[in-house]
Amino acid sequence: MGLSPILMENVVKKFEDVIAVNGVSLKVAEGELFGLLGPNGAGKTTIVNILCGLLKPTSGHVIVGGFDVQKESARIKELIGVCPQETAVYPYLTGVENLELFGNLYALDRSTLRQRRDMLLEKMGLNQDAKRKVEKYSGGMKRRLSLIMALIHDPQIIFLDEPTVGMDPQSRRAVWDFMTELKRENKTIFLTTHYMEEAEALCNRVGIIDHGKLIALDSPRELISKNKVRNLEEVFIKFTGRSIRGEI
Amino acid sequence: MIFLFPLVFVLAFGASFGGLGDSQPVYVIGVFNMDQLNLANSTQAFIDALSATKILSIQVYSDNQTAQSDLSQGKIQAVMVIPSTFSQSLTSYRASPEDPSRWVNATIRLYLDKGSIVATQAIPPIIQQVLTAFTSQNHQQTSTPIILKIASLIETKHASAFEFMAPGMFTFASIFLIMMVAQSFTQDRENGMIKRIRTTPITSTEFMTSQVLSYMLIALIQAILIFFAAYLMGFKPNVNFAAYALAFIIVLIFSLSNVGFGLITATVAKTSGAATGLSFLFILPQLFLGTFVGVSLSSTVQVAGKFVPSYYVTDALTSLLLREAAITSPAILLDLAAISTSCIAILAVGIILYAKCYKF
Repeated sequence: MGLSPILMENVVKKFEDVIAVNGVSLKVAEGELFGLLGPNGAGKTTIVNILCGLLKPTSGHVIVGGFDVQKESARIKELIGVCPQETAVYPYLTGVENLELFGNLYALDRSTLRQRRDMLLEKMGLNQDAKRKVEKYSGGMKRRLSLIMALIHDPQIIFLDEPTVGMDPQSRRAVWDFMTELKRENKTIFLTTHYMEEAEALCNRVGIIDHGKLIALDSPRELISKNKVRNLEEVFIKFTGRSIRGEI
Repeated sequence: MIFLFPLVFVLAFGASFGGLGDSQPVYVIGVFNMDQLNLANSTQAFIDALSATKILSIQVYSDNQTAQSDLSQGKIQAVMVIPSTFSQSLTSYRASPEDPSRWVNATIRLYLDKGSIVATQAIPPIIQQVLTAFTSQNHQQTSTPIILKIASLIETKHASAFEFMAPGMFTFASIFLIMMVAQSFTQDRENGMIKRIRTTPITSTEFMTSQVLSYMLIALIQAILIFFAAYLMGFKPNVNFAAYALAFIIVLIFSLSNVGFGLITATVAKTSGAATGLSFLFILPQLFLGTFVGVSLSSTVQVAGKFVPSYYVTDALTSLLLREAAITSPAILLDLAAISTSCIAILAVGIILYAKCYKF
């Protein structure tokens, strides 16, 4: 993939009289872990939904994996893996069954599916509980399962919408380690979060979004040093006069 | 919902059991008159006496075969065959009411709709009463030469109330698929699963087809289980494999409408709890107007029943399994056409509405 896997040019999304995304332009390079940081209601999930082809932008241009989202969303869906904000798993199936169901949706052959399934369960520490029904899992376990369901087909471009929300510190650390490993495998990851420490620890670059507008875009280190602050929270305060924590 | 549900419940319940509209049902009796003599116009007078009851509507047939065919399709509730010796018997009795040795005996055969418990129980006493009054007139005789004998086409069989209700039970069980579909789709939407599935390469056609096929399979398994349970409880229809096969096909087609109603409900409902309640708006009318629950629908409410798919399903199953009508008989083919058209249309509406609303 020579071109940027993810490209947004002047994207606007309106819902009746609300402008959820207001002229956002950004580019994510191959193998980059890009973080979109902002408070609740800033437009992060709307942007992810547009990039995945779930929502059509009101105006602007969106390219994912070299394909136009508005014209070739079917082809994009074969390249991407999406972990939504909601813990979307089937509670009456086991962990294994949930993974196999999604593997079958991507038409994986049986041996590849088994291999990927076992590897991902091992990496997320879910192999002991894999044959239990998901309704018996803890919240952290469900979110970890949700994450690996997005990766069962080994996508090159991964969208993670607030993947560590509601997780205990142990689970969060496991997910961070996993995302670092994915980055090493040259996967392109688009992460949304409202945890600054997560963005600081993981992301090559961070876009800070507020009220649908991209107000800052650079690596965490550069943003912190250019604005002469101690962390990304203070970058946000400097641009908006408000605290991200106060918005949550 | 909290105001709509009790209203729909009472309307449906009242219509089914309260005799909304006409207070008196009318039974259609086919008459095949073999009495060519018709002495003193007595046969015609007897037929007129039956009509005069207002509870019986007489339809005269020129041959028994056509009458029996209509009976097996549920078009009429009974067939009465007047023997060739009827007027002769009546004349002999009136000439010598005290002297049975001078009577000519006659037997009126009565064939009843095996699919209707109401007709089976209501019609014979009515006809017997009219016959007794017509025959004996002012005479205080306990016996007359003319007797009424109940016969069936194949064998004399005393069916239980359960057997009459069994076809409706197949329909009854399948109707609750509406709630299952509504809850499932709403829950999947609430927990983000629909959104998740939309990010995969699976198309909306593939998704909907898989859902419809899954529910059809559930409906089939339900029908098989009900059949076996009913069989163990004594419901053993005397029909061939083709009739059974058609019965199951009808149940499968009917399940399409239940999926459709479930999707319509899921489109409107915001939560799975609301979906459960709203689904009763489709379940109750079908239940009370089109299954065994509303066996004594008045003629007015029967018109309303014809607007629910379950009415045609129960009617077709009753004709197939109880009346033992041929699978190619017009009544069954008409029911099948009504079921197929309505169920496919309802499914299409459900899919279109849900897909449009949730951009699937």
